[in-house]
Amino acid sequence: MAQLFSRAASVRLNVALLIVFVALPVIGSFGWWALYNSPLRTRRDIPIEQPIFFSHKHHAGQLGIDCRYCHATVETSAFAGIPPIHTCMSCHSQVWRTAAMLEPVRAAWRTGIVLPWIRVNDLPQFTVFDHSIHVNRGVGCATCHGRVDQMDVVAPAVTFDMRWCLKCHRQVARDDSQMKHLTDCVTCHR
Amino acid sequence: MSDFEEFPPGADVWPDDFSRRDFVKLAAASLALAGVGCTRQPLETIVPYVATPEHRVQGEPQWFATAIPFRGFGFGVLAKSFEGRPVKLEGNPDHPASLGATNAFVQASILDLYDPQRSQYVRKNGAPSSWSAFAAEVVPAIGRGGRGLHILSQTITSPSLIALTAQFPAAKWHQWEPVSRDAVYEGTRLAFGAPLEPRYHFENADVVVALDADFLSDDPASVRYARDFTRRRSSTTNRLYALEPMPTITGAMADHRLPCRASDVANHARALAERIALPTGDHWIDAIARDLIAHRGAALVVAGDCQPPIVHALAHSINSFVGGGRTVEYSEPVASPTSHIDSLRDLIHDLDAGAVDVLIILGGNPVYDTPIDLDFMHHLARAKISVHLSPYVDETSSRTQWHLPESHPLEQWSDIRAFDGTATIIQPLIAPLYDTRSAHEVLSMLTGAPATGHDIVKNFWSPRTNFEASLARGIVEGTALPAVPVERRPLPAAEHESRGAPLEINLRPDPTIWDGRHAKNGWLQELPKPITKLVWGSAAFVGPQLAERLHLRNEQVVEISAHGQIVSAPVWIVPGHADGSVTLHFPNAYPLLFSDSLLAISGASLRNTLKVHSLVSTQEHFTLDGRDHLRVATLEEARRDPHWAHDPEKEPRRDETLYPAYPYLGHAWGMAIDLNSCIGCGACVIACNAENNIPFVGREQVARGRAMHWIRVDRYFAGSIDDPKIDHEPILCMHCENAPCEPVCPVEATVHSSEGLNEMVYNRCIGTRYCSNNCPYKVRRFNFLQYAPKSDPIDLMWNPDVTVRSRGVMEKCTYCVQRIERTRIRAADEHRPIRDGEIVTACQQACPAQAIVFGDVNDPKSRVSRLKAEGRNYSILAELNTRPRTTYLGKLRNPNAELEKR
Repeated sequence: MAQLFSRAASVRLNVALLIVFVALPVIGSFGWWALYNSPLRTRRDIPIEQPIFFSHKHHAGQLGIDCRYCHATVETSAFAGIPPIHTCMSCHSQVWRTAAMLEPVRAAWRTGIVLPWIRVNDLPQFTVFDHSIHVNRGVGCATCHGRVDQMDVVAPAVTFDMRWCLKCHRQVARDDSQMKHLTDCVTCHR
Repeated sequence: MSDFEEFPPGADVWPDDFSRRDFVKLAAASLALAGVGCTRQPLETIVPYVATPEHRVQGEPQWFATAIPFRGFGFGVLAKSFEGRPVKLEGNPDHPASLGATNAFVQASILDLYDPQRSQYVRKNGAPSSWSAFAAEVVPAIGRGGRGLHILSQTITSPSLIALTAQFPAAKWHQWEPVSRDAVYEGTRLAFGAPLEPRYHFENADVVVALDADFLSDDPASVRYARDFTRRRSSTTNRLYALEPMPTITGAMADHRLPCRASDVANHARALAERIALPTGDHWIDAIARDLIAHRGAALVVAGDCQPPIVHALAHSINSFVGGGRTVEYSEPVASPTSHIDSLRDLIHDLDAGAVDVLIILGGNPVYDTPIDLDFMHHLARAKISVHLSPYVDETSSRTQWHLPESHPLEQWSDIRAFDGTATIIQPLIAPLYDTRSAHEVLSMLTGAPATGHDIVKNFWSPRTNFEASLARGIVEGTALPAVPVERRPLPAAEHESRGAPLEINLRPDPTIWDGRHAKNGWLQELPKPITKLVWGSAAFVGPQLAERLHLRNEQVVEISAHGQIVSAPVWIVPGHADGSVTLHFPNAYPLLFSDSLLAISGASLRNTLKVHSLVSTQEHFTLDGRDHLRVATLEEARRDPHWAHDPEKEPRRDETLYPAYPYLGHAWGMAIDLNSCIGCGACVIACNAENNIPFVGREQVARGRAMHWIRVDRYFAGSIDDPKIDHEPILCMHCENAPCEPVCPVEATVHSSEGLNEMVYNRCIGTRYCSNNCPYKVRRFNFLQYAPKSDPIDLMWNPDVTVRSRGVMEKCTYCVQRIERTRIRAADEHRPIRDGEIVTACQQACPAQAIVFGDVNDPKSRVSRLKAEGRNYSILAELNTRPRTTYLGKLRNPNAELEKR
């Protein structure tokens, strides 16, 4: 009686087993890991289009306006604050008064109807963050937000994953025995 | 050990008709779908202001001084507003009725604002209408000077509203509220010849006699009185005697409590007044009288609002003998002293005579809460035009031609006087959520020249005070009524009442929903009533002797009949309830409210129907009974052994461990609760609900033991069942240093912080409930269902600093960690350490008795450390070596030796 399986069948089976049980999981894991960390999930470095074109590069970079001119409550509040239309109009009632690009801003100022913006840096709902304490303890804006002064349209510069936050928090908690609470869960989740 | 099961029956049962097999199917489907359902976080819009309002710091709360009415009297609060949404109320420390604390009613009123059941538009005969249609029809119907206009309101103390009614000189104003201050004003009229407002000074009283007076919970000044009373108690240990039929929290605080029928209180009061001159032979009365005389100048007798005027008059006479003018003073009445029942009769008479062209009912629900024999509902139809202004569409709204939706106090401009006359300007924190108006705006609409609430209030106060300053401070300076001198008159001779009526019924306001006006408030319905611990319902309360004689058992439905009316209610046996009387709380009691007997009915009969109506009482939920967790001593015992509460043999030594001790190097948060001060009112429970986004779960879920309260007030009876001692003990997460919940969590969702907090991480929790099973204090709560509504308008109310928990997550007291962190950050921003007393937990802030103290136990000078160093300090279940951070100060009683040795 002839052999039921050819000589090559055994090799093919071994290769198939190798692919299914070793190669696919390894490739899959790497693939998932790459996908997980890619901008597809994190949105990192992907500029987010806003309802009107506002260039941080022009205002903060080229004109040198301080971040705090518009994000005024960053040193006193949990929320850095996004500027009211009033802040825009403090300059643009004098300069570029008729620019077509600024018409939505002027319309909002005239009518009192708000101009919704898209949030760029968005933490999950179960995470609490306070700007004032970070800024007052020497964490500069660029540490978390990147070189906004070089971005025309702002993109998230970091992923804001917990491991990213913990890089600093763990460091400080290790170095200063009075700051151990920085790695307590309730510091950020409550 | 107690006979009670740790968990009530049904606690582990799936809530509806849903089999285990269905559950597995659903779980499998969920697992399959979990893989495909994930998306990344959606983009969110963020909305800048056009121009930022003045003083608004984005992301930070703002505080505004205003007031919330309680029984028509003002209660000053500071309201916290977050991005324009009021989220929490705290007491205003400058306000005389508050002094920074609150009660449960005030705390819960924030929930009323966001109640989806609120009336949202004007209705005419039930159909949607408009304010302009209302004005067009009603204004021409009012005669010159308001002739034919009748106004029916509850107690009103608003100066600007009273001034508005002056524009209708020919109109008539009637007042009705089932639990009024009539007896108080009539009592002073008997004693001094003029209606006056008594103001008690518990801070000066060493001996207090409460004649059926629940001054710790139902007086317009109860929060203030609780503070004064407990402060005196902790400094010099005063003595309180209480005579009352149904145990109240005042009776529970008493060193001696005499259960007696409400109608007998008058006889006791008279005997006491006479005994001050001559001995009576009654052991109790003689002992009290001797004590009062011995503490002349620091003695006080208080009569309850539900007692007849003669009892008040007798109390005033006794006070003029033994008070020395230091424990009580009198002022002109704050509210109108017109008798409510006469005022209502007058209205009914006018309605009958056809003299009422327009009847405006400002608030209240008179169709429901007026005496049944007056048949207000029938007479109401005689008014040519009837109008009801109310926050809800209720029984009265559906029987008047017009229903007008009323604004919440946090949505309107108004003003209100406190118990001592101090006026507060009420300011809105938010524009009306719906098309609602205030009483001021409705009355001004009737004048034909409508003004806004703001203009009415501002025009009234601007000539009288600095409007802006009064608004900012929350009180109008100099409006407290001055004390007036009084001259005692001879009292009428004793009426020989036919004593010994077989059964007497007391009609009383409910401890949590008052006369029914808070019945729509879920937090108050679910707040266990202080003595009975009933929720979502009330009962006919009887004493153990009566129950035994009539073979009554808890939850058996009885029919109580009087004057041809019948009310049926389930029985609840209350140890310490007076024999021969039954207590019914409003709104259950309304079918027995008669105009001639009002709050006390003699000669009723009671029939057992043998039917059963189940009631929900939380006392046996989460019970710690039988484990020596409540320590009480008399003052005498405490003097003999200053460390009486401490049992060092039971507490394991700190070094009995193989592991090195964890060093708490920075702060170490802890709490001390003084059981001597705790009055058991429940303000802390509602304050915690409001601060920590705790939803109510409903009657059926509470019956399964699923109430979500992070702090509960346990009640204990000790001694004889006829006259027990009653104690309260607030229990919240102990934040044990060796927390039994932590090692059993498979996912580390509950862990310990570097400052000793037992942290609960919601987004890690998978809902095994092992932690709750392992907690010896039973303080962990599980979201069996999605209890917290995430829908409009309730979601506007949630505190943005606290996560709104989802189904399947465990939760418990966090020591208000959001307040700790916010204070820490603000202190660090200012480069200074956190000051002692700067972090105040929500329960601590609300407590009228200041029984709760929170702080850093690593700082030996902090208030909490000093309290923990006292001899009375002890830990609950210390023998388990849990090392709780929450400790208790044992309760002291100050009994009269003369009554004790009997």
